[in-house]
Amino acid sequence: MGCVDEMNYEILLPNSSFKECADYIKKNFKEIFFVPAGFKIFDNYLVGVPPIPIAVDNDYIIMPYVKPCHGCFVLRIPGKEEVERFRSGKMGDF
Amino acid sequence: MMGCPELPVQTASALYIANKLNIEGFEVTAAGNKAAISLLLNSDPEKHYIKKVMDIDRCIGAIVDKKSDFDLCFVFIHSDSGISYLATIKSISKAKTVAVIFGKDIDPLIKASEDSIIIAAKAVHNPTPLRAQIDGVKSWAVLTR
Repeated sequence: MGCVDEMNYEILLPNSSFKECADYIKKNFKEIFFVPAGFKIFDNYLVGVPPIPIAVDNDYIIMPYVKPCHGCFVLRIPGKEEVERFRSGKMGDF
Repeated sequence: MMGCPELPVQTASALYIANKLNIEGFEVTAAGNKAAISLLLNSDPEKHYIKKVMDIDRCIGAIVDKKSDFDLCFVFIHSDSGISYLATIKSISKAKTVAVIFGKDIDPLIKASEDSIIIAAKAVHNPTPLRAQIDGVKSWAVLTR
């Protein structure tokens, strides 16, 4: 399993509630996909209250990321392959 | 399933619940972050109460990938992160979920957990109020029938 900590991410919204992070993504981005809890992305399983919004912006993924100790963050992560997976609709069964 | 162990009652309550579950014949697995698991293993070095431990995110991955699942899942909640983990378990697992809510500001957490069985008490250092709620349940096994 991957670790987001090792990725070249940018924090767009720190230490917030999951709802605040989901609302931030929905308000600030146009191309949004909704996925279930446990959805696998960047080799991680997403934690959150479904449906979980994930935005695609150029070659970046914008997603909520829950840390047990620090609340939820909105992260912007470069990921051409993941972006392509969303845009092509090949996100797997869920 | 345990998040950050910043509130001392979490470890004590987890071991207390594990003991009750063992008496009823459950095989108890504890999932948590590194600190939560370390506290448990240091408190129960011979694994009298906790038979198996897992990293919390690996546990979620194992359930999603259908390599593992549980009959009952106690999610320890003292912050919004706990609510996210509870919602995730409800979404991916067949387990009956029990929200174990503690801390100072428990009302919003109770409200957000309404579709689970709730054990809740204002408790930070002293586990007695939470223990009293746990003792109010005579059998956990009936939930799995």
